[in-house]
Amino acid sequence: MVEKKAVIKNETGIHARPASMIVQLANKYDAEITIEKDGNGVNAKSIMGIMSLGVSKSTEVTVKAEGKNAQEAVDALVELLESGFGE
Amino acid sequence: MSKELVGTAASPGIAIGKVLILEEENLDYQKKTVEDVEGEKARLHDALERSKEQLQAIKDKVEREMGNDKAEIFQAHLLVLADPELISAVENKIANEKINAEAALDATVEQFATLFANMDNDYMKERASDIRDVGSRILKNLLGIDSVNLAQLDEEVILIADDLTPSDTAQVNKDKVLGFATKIGGRTSHTAIMARSLELPAVVGVSEILDIVENGDQIIVDGVDGDIIINPTEDQLASYKNKAEEYEQRKARLAELKDLAGETKDGHRVELVANIGTPKDVKGALVNGAEGIGLFRSEFLYMDRDSFPTEEEQFAAYKEVAEKMDGPVVIRTLDIGGDKELSYLDLPKEMNPFLGYRAIRICLDRIDIFKTQLRAILRASAYGQVKIMYPMISALEQLRAANEILEEVKAELKAENIDFDENLEVGMMIEIPAAAMIADILAKETDFFSIGTNDLIQYTTATDRMNENISHLYQPFHPALLRLIKRVVEAAHAEGNWAGMCGEMAGDKRLTPYLLGIGLDEFSMSAVSIPEVKDGIRNMSLEEAKEIAQKALTFSTAEEVEAFLSNI
Repeated sequence: MVEKKAVIKNETGIHARPASMIVQLANKYDAEITIEKDGNGVNAKSIMGIMSLGVSKSTEVTVKAEGKNAQEAVDALVELLESGFGE
Repeated sequence: MSKELVGTAASPGIAIGKVLILEEENLDYQKKTVEDVEGEKARLHDALERSKEQLQAIKDKVEREMGNDKAEIFQAHLLVLADPELISAVENKIANEKINAEAALDATVEQFATLFANMDNDYMKERASDIRDVGSRILKNLLGIDSVNLAQLDEEVILIADDLTPSDTAQVNKDKVLGFATKIGGRTSHTAIMARSLELPAVVGVSEILDIVENGDQIIVDGVDGDIIINPTEDQLASYKNKAEEYEQRKARLAELKDLAGETKDGHRVELVANIGTPKDVKGALVNGAEGIGLFRSEFLYMDRDSFPTEEEQFAAYKEVAEKMDGPVVIRTLDIGGDKELSYLDLPKEMNPFLGYRAIRICLDRIDIFKTQLRAILRASAYGQVKIMYPMISALEQLRAANEILEEVKAELKAENIDFDENLEVGMMIEIPAAAMIADILAKETDFFSIGTNDLIQYTTATDRMNENISHLYQPFHPALLRLIKRVVEAAHAEGNWAGMCGEMAGDKRLTPYLLGIGLDEFSMSAVSIPEVKDGIRNMSLEEAKEIAQKALTFSTAEEVEAFLSNI
């Protein structure tokens, strides 16, 4: 299991567009990836799971992955989460 | 007999036409026990596949006709359709409860939608309807129902519905649909956003509408005031036809102003320019006819990141704007502190952040940061009409210190043989009353002023603009403001400089005659406000404006000034 923390930077948090970007990126990896907020973990390949976390600006989340290319998957997702999603 | 209803004006314009009620299709199904679990799963996957093809086609159509950003919602819908959590939940329901795919899907979708509907965030609440939209599409495909094709209506109609789903609005053919009215929804609902982008009049949140209208009724949708009139009288019809015509004429007239100058009837020219935050905003400025950029808020380059932007990053952004704009570009040097924080610049928490360590005060202290920015701005000045503007100057010493650093940077660039505009204009914002009072002194050592009204009002009236308890004291029409602004413009002119204004007041058309009358040379505002302000300027002579300005200065209270200027 690989895990790493990330802080959301964009003003509006994870709404539909960032959530789509996360799912599309997560789908590139075979690993099982989870995003966790306050102890609640959701499948990073599920847009409804991610949106249901209700992540707003400055929230800290943890990205966890297990399986093939887990490290790469975690690094890539953390980078995306901290990128501000181009906003 | 006519009936009148009121809702929320969601998209401007007036539509008059025949009602077409978009009824929810009957998606009733029988909940059945099934033995063939694999067969039900296969039916589910068939329906998912067909839904995916339909959504993909809608997404492509929206992308072509309305642009990428409007198509994003359908990308999200496609992901909902392919959501592993959703699919496995439906499959498990089929297998565990031995029920048909329709029942399993419906229950699962409702479960997810309820989760979103109960969130305490308006944006997320609205997403419940997206999930239901996707869910009912899958259900329709399971039931083999073909939807009404909104793209192929044979007469002109006004659509009335409980709510329009994004997939409904995406199929709307603008030649046949004149407008919308819906029972639910607010200004930020999809129906509202789509109506604005389709430029169709719309009123949403008309709670009783479905109880009152019938197919074929005549209806007026007034998207300007949010009114709905069902079966209007002859008089109402005539008056709304007039109103519709006036609205269209006004819209056409404002659009025609795009390439015209900000010039009064008697030939007095002022410059109408835009405030922007990032190079992306240049497009909107050009569309609205901005002649240049009066305020480029450089702090956006510094925010939402982990470290200071490099000289190259800044240079690239400034150069891009300078090249795209065929006109002046006033770049404001770093304006942080107050309510704008930088996580990597560990600023101390302060009792009174707006009176604290911010803007030029930080730059004169952290010369490394300031020099990097000045180098980037100067280098960009070789590619367009760039001007530099310092924020938050309260005393002559600060202006001198900033200019001294600027001269050092110029000398460095010269020594390195790097090009820049040697005649680049350097100005400052007037946003502190102390600066306004010594504007005559400051004018001697600057090329221009730009009056930052948001802070100037805040500091002049000692009103924290974030504090709701005292928001009534934050008065743009306060006689003190009128006097200060006039003083600043006169001080600039006395030294042969120009004076501009950036901030909300410049885009408030009620103030246009006053600002014109006291001789303001440049009006910088959000790009969308430019056509209205330009219209005001083009319909007035400088003489008239001067008279209005004189008269405005005779009132004793903000209320009197506002009443006078609002009724011109």
